[in-house]
Amino acid sequence: MTFLWQWLGDPANWVGPDGIWVRIGEHLVYSAITLVLAAALAIPLGLWVGHTGKARRLVVNVANGARALPTLGLLFLAVLVAGPLLPGDLAFAVPAILVLVILAIPPILAGAYAGVEAVDRQAVDAARGMGMVGHQVLLNVELPCALPLMLGGLRSAALQVIATATLAASVSLGGLGRFLIDGQAYRDYGQMAGGAVLVAALAMVVDVVFVGFQRLVVSPGLTSSVVTRRGLREHLSTN
Amino acid sequence: MIRFTDVTKTYPNGTQAINGLSLTAPTGRITVLVGPSGCGKTTSLRMINRMIEPSTGTVQIDGRDVAELGAAQLRRGIGYVIQSGGLFPHRTVADNIATVPRLLGWSRQQIASRTAELMERVGLDHHLARRYPNQLSGGQQQRVGVARALAADPPVMLMDEPFSAVDPIVREQLQDEFLRLQSELGKTIVFVTHDIDEAIKLADQVAVMRVGGTVAQFDTPAGLLRHPADAFVADFVGRDRGFRALGFDSGITIRTTPEPTIEVGASLEQARAVAGSAAWLLVVDSDQHPLGWLEMAELSGAVQDADLRLGGTLAVQGGSLRAALDAALSAPSKRGVVVDVDGQLVGTVSAQQVLAEAERLPR
Amino acid sequence: MTWALNHVEDIGGLLASHAVLAAVPLLIGLLLAIPVGWLAHQQHWLRTPLVVGTGLLYTIPSLAMFIVMPLVLGTGILDPLNVVVALSIYTVALLVRTVADGLDAVPAQALDAATAMGIGTPRRFFTVELPLAVPVIAAGLRVAAVSNVSIVSVAALLGIPQLGSLFTDGFQRNFIDPIVVGIIACLILALVFDSLIGLFSRWLTPWLRPGSAT
Repeated sequence: MTFLWQWLGDPANWVGPDGIWVRIGEHLVYSAITLVLAAALAIPLGLWVGHTGKARRLVVNVANGARALPTLGLLFLAVLVAGPLLPGDLAFAVPAILVLVILAIPPILAGAYAGVEAVDRQAVDAARGMGMVGHQVLLNVELPCALPLMLGGLRSAALQVIATATLAASVSLGGLGRFLIDGQAYRDYGQMAGGAVLVAALAMVVDVVFVGFQRLVVSPGLTSSVVTRRGLREHLSTN
Repeated sequence: MIRFTDVTKTYPNGTQAINGLSLTAPTGRITVLVGPSGCGKTTSLRMINRMIEPSTGTVQIDGRDVAELGAAQLRRGIGYVIQSGGLFPHRTVADNIATVPRLLGWSRQQIASRTAELMERVGLDHHLARRYPNQLSGGQQQRVGVARALAADPPVMLMDEPFSAVDPIVREQLQDEFLRLQSELGKTIVFVTHDIDEAIKLADQVAVMRVGGTVAQFDTPAGLLRHPADAFVADFVGRDRGFRALGFDSGITIRTTPEPTIEVGASLEQARAVAGSAAWLLVVDSDQHPLGWLEMAELSGAVQDADLRLGGTLAVQGGSLRAALDAALSAPSKRGVVVDVDGQLVGTVSAQQVLAEAERLPR
Repeated sequence: MTWALNHVEDIGGLLASHAVLAAVPLLIGLLLAIPVGWLAHQQHWLRTPLVVGTGLLYTIPSLAMFIVMPLVLGTGILDPLNVVVALSIYTVALLVRTVADGLDAVPAQALDAATAMGIGTPRRFFTVELPLAVPVIAAGLRVAAVSNVSIVSVAALLGIPQLGSLFTDGFQRNFIDPIVVGIIACLILALVFDSLIGLFSRWLTPWLRPGSAT
């Protein structure tokens, strides 16, 4: 494992246009764009499904089916089909992000509808009985109560996207996957292992950020008391 | 006044939940709908605030058909309490109570003072205001549910099995407080329960419903116990109903027997002189408030607090025959202690005397 | 789709090795996750470290895992063992939490009743706890199976033959047909795994079948 520390310890590997910092930046940009797009699609859809109960079977089945799509095949297909239609770097970036969005949608969608469905029916009944109309019930009761599961879904999507964004390098894009692909090409084990460690570390850092965010926005009423707080922490840290 | 007129509810699958329900819940009174599960009592309740729409027939509040009112507007003017509270887990106690005032656009100060007032009214300590529902006991949660329903001071309250999720001791406490609250507030209340004892305890009038959504009997609790309309009601009202009916025979002045008494501190000789041949002697304080019974055979010196045998219940003169009978049966001397409204001793009564009184009553 | 018809045998071979590479780690992972999950369920203080620790393994990118495996195991870069070990690790990562949750969900009354009847702890685990946890564990196993099928294809970047080889092959030749065929074959394989686990779980839990109540 010494070559790993040598590679990580060499300051020259960290700077420059293809240095570690730049690759981390690229990796985060791909992941962030992916998550924002996926969330923008999946959260409203999931809330709608959870709130109305409509099209539930269809959405659940499509989402579960999407989990079975092999990401690598999808990526290559997207690049071959869409690539020629797009100029320059976009020929690779757009298909790659598209595929990552497809990967990220199922967990976010599941978190959103499961979150709304898990809201205490009695609380929803009481909300309606006190004269809240549809959107008030959704915004004041269902959404805040669904947050723990919803953010859990977003979090597991983030971890998957960060891990899978390495594949972008296989279609000549940047990101931390570069070190894995290039390292393999040059039989540079230090670079390969270093890339792997960096991706895992990045995933953990992002995970910790999510935990902090969750603490910030989820009502203590949904987490407090020693027992439930412990339960939630376990739920969050592993989803 | 809430009036059901020929209301039916048929679900698309053909299930008849309510069948020709006509019922009037008078203003300022507690009307209880009671019956086995599937009798449509909750469905009926939820028609009042339009959570369920009737298939045919009308539901009116003070002469206005609820179907003509906007559902949300209507509901904001009706208090709604459900089993296990239906509290919002993500909101504090104070925020839960403030739900309807917020919907109605009250000012911040108005809401704050109303919340504080209600918490006190339902017996919640003010330091609980910032707690979340999952940090409260079941009884406290139920109080929050009641406070939340009362927040905008609605004239009508709908309560769906509000006390059935708490243990029996807390339930009894909540029921007593509910009755006290109602005596202060005088709301028009429709209350659903499957527990006939709860119905009899709380109701001004009871509608016993049977499966299929028809009313088997609509009567006062006493009427229900004395004159069940049919075998179904008799069976549902259950055993001991003759005994329980004694609870509604109130306002009767029972003839009592004067009881010799003694105060704490009296000597053995004084006690023996007062008791005569009686095995038990009643001890009172200087204001004639009964304290307990003294067993003469056990007494070996001056009368002390430690010699007192407690445990007998007290009956108030003019109270129910059931209370008088209970006082007689629970006293170690078998003589039930009867007091006046100020708690001063009137005399004692035996179980036989109470029963003789009960037999004299018209049935 | 004449391409597919002309290469039926090749595709069949790739499908078979893909199935083996995905299924074997599923079994190994399950066998490892049951004792670890039991420990997490049994010892409260161990739960968080075990569940979080194994869960973190899932954040290691599959590409990295496949590359690092030969270094750790001393195998050749093309050795299928790398894929089997890597996927077993992912399966454990997904299942430890599931097994612990499944065991947590077993009603305490059933356990008390078993203990009161004098059933010892190991016997109780196999006759009461594990059977009652089957539905939850099976649900987790289905997720792991579907995930494994997708991840195996990444090993094609290292040249290990399975359905993923169709992706790299098609991509290098700028030829869509093999990629589409590979994706469809992967979907079918995932569906088959999912259904098999579902059927097996139903067979193991006759008490959950609708209509069995009288």
